[in-house]
Amino acid sequence: MIDSDFSRRGLLLGAGFGGVFLPDALRNAVQAQGTRPTEIKLGITTFLSGPASVFGVPGKQAAEMLIEEINAAGGIGGVPLRAIFVDEGPGLDHLVGEFRRLVQNEQVDVMLASISSGSCLACTPLAEELKKVTLLWDCGTQRIFEEHSYQYAFRTQANATPEILAPLLYLLKTKPNFRTVAVVNQDYAWGRDSWEIWRTAQAALKPDARVVAELFPRFGSTDFSTEITRLLALRPDVILSASWGGDLDTFIRQANERRLFERSTFVMPLAESSLERVGRSLPAGHIIGARGDHWHMHPRPRDKAHLTRFVENYRRRYNAYPIYPVFHMAQALSALQAGYAKALAAKGGAWPNQVELAAAFPGLEYDTPTSRMTIRADGQGLEQQLIGTSKRVDTHDFAVLDNMVIFPAEMVTTPAGKISTDWLKTLKPDILADMPAPIPYA
Amino acid sequence: MSRPGGKQEALLALAGAAALVAIAFGAPWLKFVLTIALAKGLAVLGILLLLRAGQVSFGHALYVAFAAYVVAFLAPLVPEALVLLPLAALGAALLGLVIGLFVSRYREIFFGMMNLALSMVFYSLLEKFYHFTRGTDGIRVQPPRVAGMALTRDGYEWALFGIALGLCLVAGWLARIYLASPMGQALSAIKTRETRLEFMGISARAALLFAYVASAFLAGCAGAIIAMTTRHVTPLLGYWTASGELVFIAVLGGAGAVLGPFLGAIAFELVRVYAAATLADSWQLILGSVLLGVILFASRGLWGVIEALLRRGRRA
Repeated sequence: MIDSDFSRRGLLLGAGFGGVFLPDALRNAVQAQGTRPTEIKLGITTFLSGPASVFGVPGKQAAEMLIEEINAAGGIGGVPLRAIFVDEGPGLDHLVGEFRRLVQNEQVDVMLASISSGSCLACTPLAEELKKVTLLWDCGTQRIFEEHSYQYAFRTQANATPEILAPLLYLLKTKPNFRTVAVVNQDYAWGRDSWEIWRTAQAALKPDARVVAELFPRFGSTDFSTEITRLLALRPDVILSASWGGDLDTFIRQANERRLFERSTFVMPLAESSLERVGRSLPAGHIIGARGDHWHMHPRPRDKAHLTRFVENYRRRYNAYPIYPVFHMAQALSALQAGYAKALAAKGGAWPNQVELAAAFPGLEYDTPTSRMTIRADGQGLEQQLIGTSKRVDTHDFAVLDNMVIFPAEMVTTPAGKISTDWLKTLKPDILADMPAPIPYA
Repeated sequence: MSRPGGKQEALLALAGAAALVAIAFGAPWLKFVLTIALAKGLAVLGILLLLRAGQVSFGHALYVAFAAYVVAFLAPLVPEALVLLPLAALGAALLGLVIGLFVSRYREIFFGMMNLALSMVFYSLLEKFYHFTRGTDGIRVQPPRVAGMALTRDGYEWALFGIALGLCLVAGWLARIYLASPMGQALSAIKTRETRLEFMGISARAALLFAYVASAFLAGCAGAIIAMTTRHVTPLLGYWTASGELVFIAVLGGAGAVLGPFLGAIAFELVRVYAAATLADSWQLILGSVLLGVILFASRGLWGVIEALLRRGRRA
């Protein structure tokens, strides 16, 4: 087999553009049915350029670290992993082309697709056409499995609905008497979608709360003085911001300087990823989410030693605490290991093909750094949601989480076969009765 | 004249087309990249028409995006590629006529900036009318039928590649005739001395407007092909960087002949794909170096290099 002698990439570099014209059919023929390959190739799409690289680069770093660890422990079924990364930054036509290149030319075994929801919406149907097992490792849009059903695509984390509903439930429980709400979201699909989810759920659970401002500053904005002035004047009880990255960091810093945090309670479902960066700019008493069941100081991890090792290894290599995309990547790679193990067992140790591998994922259970997750029959992962309140402690230069509630996945996830916005309308306030007790920072 | 003749150019074009088909056979995944490259080549051919008049548009991605969204919105109603493509291109040409009536009054930097401004207005509309356009998440395009036939994935990819290649050959041929005609020659006159053109009784504005509408039509064809190939349409298609990319390709390919845009587009897409494959996190560096190299060592673009080779071959 060609790949075993010298890597495909080395061939590309060596032969320049000539490398392309190697007939793929030749290599397809060599890969016989059921035999163990020399390596498992993963195609990973992530942001390596642009604003979303604040998530994409930690995701890539996590993949590199974890793949090294998996390979040191013998790989998957004795076969080592190799990752090929693709940048989502240049836009969809480039990404869709790269997706084809990885599947058709590099002959990757599994794709791990996308941070951006737009990328996932474009890549998932393509994966289905190319019949390539694809794990959606980070993107949030709930539309994927609600509007279509797929045989080859699976999401190894939650989606936007639980990630927004959980902070709302937390708010309703901890500050039940709020009357007015304002929103400051980035002006693009996620900002609009997350607000739609929040507003729909709020109308069902607390119909008397009033929305006093809907502010959608430009994506990548560096100045929020207009929004902050408006919010200082309006004095809403609650300010929701599902922003992330540089936008959220800047907003937090500017809001802190003008003491907006003293007047309103902030709800920031993605702020876990900014905690270390904004440091002391984020005061205590505001609601923080993490897009799932992740935090480096998780209060009830499945295996404390495992989480500590994971966090320390990551810190040693990259000098930062792991944020949610790092955990999401760990979830995807763990699901991949479990999926291969299940498919190998089902075939009596023989190597699975794409159909057999895909069949392993519905109902699959796998360990994450903090808990154990399941992939539902429709392909959606069921993930708990950790929400907490910011707190200042002497041991850290940044805010930590206090009074953490870990929402069970079934409580906050749209049931299979239902559309999120329809399901949210049917929610009743007594859902709060089932909410687990908060866990204080220790 | 030492310029390569029409016959020589036609032969080169056909040889290039044959080479592309061979590549598409040998490396199926490149079919997609080449289809996108050919589509961009069409849009850049429109840029080239305007360049002949000395005008640079920094906003032609507007027409690419407009046509792509026409396809996205109409595809559920008329799922037929051979109807969608002309509809989208004519729609873009019509929009080009309306906008052209304004921008053809301006020249040079003002012309470029007006185009840029209008394209960004359209981009913002796509982003802001969230409930209608799905914002940055974009709209998925279901594969349309081609000539009434529902094709398999591979067949569909071949069909679109064929349509793109055919359109490029026809558009290149027509553009050549147009540029050689008095209407086309008037464009060069706008560049050199516009007043003399007016003295001859030819309206410079009408000449430029015609070229502008033609370029919008070509960009529309490009947008429709891109929409039907990537099958997912987002506002990013109309962002200013996409317009800049078209101008970049025009510089890379060279504006000397109608083959330049296609050479440039194919080189651009291949360099980008290979740069991304070798250096996933700094492919921009390679792309930038290539453009710098072209500016420094081959100021007339890739076509200029080929032209020089042909001339040397003839002299030898």
